[in-house]
Amino acid sequence: MANNVHAQARATAVLEAPVIGPGHDFETVTETVAQIPLAKRTPLGWVLGFLIGLSLLMLLQASLGYLVVKGIGIWGTNIPVGWAFPIVNFVWWIGIGHAGTLISAILLLFKQQWRMSISRFAEAMTIFAVACAAIFPVFHTGRPWLAAYWLFPYPNTMALWPQFRSPLIWDVFAVSTYATVSIVFWYVGLVPDLATMRDRAASRVKKVVFGLFSLGWRGSARHWHRYEVASLILAGLSTPLVLSVHTVVSFDFAVSVMPGWHATIFPPYFVAGAIYSGFAMVLTLAIPIRAAYRLEDLITMRHIDNMAKVMLATGLMVGYGYTMEAFYAWYSGSFYEQQMMWNRMFGPYGWSYWMLISINVGMVQFLWFKSVRENTKLLFVISLLVNVGMWLERFVIVVTTLARDFIPSSWGMYYPTFWDFATYFGTIGLFLTLFFLFIRFVPMISMFEVRTLLPQAKVETDHHGGH
Amino acid sequence: MGGTEAMAHAAERENPLYGVMAEFDSVQALVDASKRAVAAGFTKMEAYSPIPVEELNDIIHRKRTKLSQIVLAGGLTGMATGFAMQYWMSAVDYPMNIGGRPYATWTAFVVPSYELTILFSALAAAIGMFALNGLPQPYHPVFNVERFSMASSDKFFLVIESADPRFDHGGTTRFLGEQGAKGVYDVAA
Repeated sequence: MANNVHAQARATAVLEAPVIGPGHDFETVTETVAQIPLAKRTPLGWVLGFLIGLSLLMLLQASLGYLVVKGIGIWGTNIPVGWAFPIVNFVWWIGIGHAGTLISAILLLFKQQWRMSISRFAEAMTIFAVACAAIFPVFHTGRPWLAAYWLFPYPNTMALWPQFRSPLIWDVFAVSTYATVSIVFWYVGLVPDLATMRDRAASRVKKVVFGLFSLGWRGSARHWHRYEVASLILAGLSTPLVLSVHTVVSFDFAVSVMPGWHATIFPPYFVAGAIYSGFAMVLTLAIPIRAAYRLEDLITMRHIDNMAKVMLATGLMVGYGYTMEAFYAWYSGSFYEQQMMWNRMFGPYGWSYWMLISINVGMVQFLWFKSVRENTKLLFVISLLVNVGMWLERFVIVVTTLARDFIPSSWGMYYPTFWDFATYFGTIGLFLTLFFLFIRFVPMISMFEVRTLLPQAKVETDHHGGH
Repeated sequence: MGGTEAMAHAAERENPLYGVMAEFDSVQALVDASKRAVAAGFTKMEAYSPIPVEELNDIIHRKRTKLSQIVLAGGLTGMATGFAMQYWMSAVDYPMNIGGRPYATWTAFVVPSYELTILFSALAAAIGMFALNGLPQPYHPVFNVERFSMASSDKFFLVIESADPRFDHGGTTRFLGEQGAKGVYDVAA
């Protein structure tokens, strides 16, 4: 009985765990966030992190420069594995982006208030991840300067149009729409906060720059009314969009007839995997940032706990996907499907399959324990490993199927080269560089949304009867 | 007395007044003051707050935005553009027999059309919101009041414009002062 009461008290405590630390008002919340981009001194940790990102970005420039000069032969990608690192990395980055849209759009529609303090930088993560993703298919064409008319319906002198019956072209539309809408949604969300920055900036340059980007926002009742309607509509539009993006990405595989790809489970399985890896990336970024910038009051343990739970839930869905893949391979009765699954588990790339299973099915179970979810250091390591696991998942899907298809005479192994890794780590550099610039120059937490969470923001409509 | 009043009038003509601005400490005070100003018969006014307050629009403007209709029009345009473009390119301008399928494979055209529907709707929502709000707008008289820089942090403001038929400088200033304002300022045009 006493135990029961204790459990109940704990349950209430969890339910009421604040999404914002105690003792805050409008001014302290605003100051906590606004002082980071307005600070004159740049923290040393920022400089070091930025330099790491910038070095890797230069590696990307070198890799892509060499690729343009030499051709994609510098990568290990070759027949039969004509889709290798570029597609693995593309799907990995696109997937990471999904958590940002889930947090900013889907959780907005569900009125999940805890999303407010993490949505801004999760959305930034989305935009930067999509930018990294886009590099791969464009450069995988080998002649990126021709990609304009290969990928888009661009009126060219040969009067050729894209092949609209191909999922690859659907992907172009899905990803470019996703990138555009994510940027628009992010910028719309920024405008009121940029106005706050304009009003608080001390230096003339910052006043002018923030002033230009805030477009003259005044926060009038009419402004806010239209703004709220626009935000809700954008969230409503982003929700079906984000679900469609990874669905279309999975069509690249599912619409083909290759064993291991031709499966109806692919769309939901890909979307779940995308959100799983995206939340892992949000945690990977949020845990060090909240510690470095002392944002524990705004990104509370409740946020960390919720994100870990979402990661666990989507991780279990992904695990279900792996189970069903194996089950269908057996149940299909198709010799080629069964051979593919056996080869995936015990063939030359078997190590990658078992690594992925041990992370995404095994390790993720630790998140059932509250003590693990409360340990930010451990959670940081887990979220990093989840990113590795999800990268391996795409590697397994892409490479094992292509390396051994229907006829043994067409089998062949794939080995990544130095330039494969250089390009991949180079995009991580691009991501880090953009992210470090973002946290230095843009308010990384949505100040106006967090203000609405404070008791100060409550209005009683029938107060004083209005006379 | 008459002399100073004439001087004030002359000054007003030289520095035309946009309106009078009252500063409040809480969102509740702003909502209450807005209600009383509406009850007092003022029509040309605007409330400014660092957070969205849906009640203020209901009290002062009493009408919803037509943004949702703009977005619907944008979405339908996007869908029509998607289908028309793909049909024209695949069936009219350069028909190509691919695997014996019909030229107008509308089921395959669904995905790009779906994406263009969302793209056009989202752009209509964002651009429509900014356009209806009259943004970008580099200059607005309210920015002439120094205290107004707090409107984006933690202070709340109510402006009654001089264009209001019931506006009279002294009377309106007094009215706003009686509503519990922490300060009442003239807003130069």
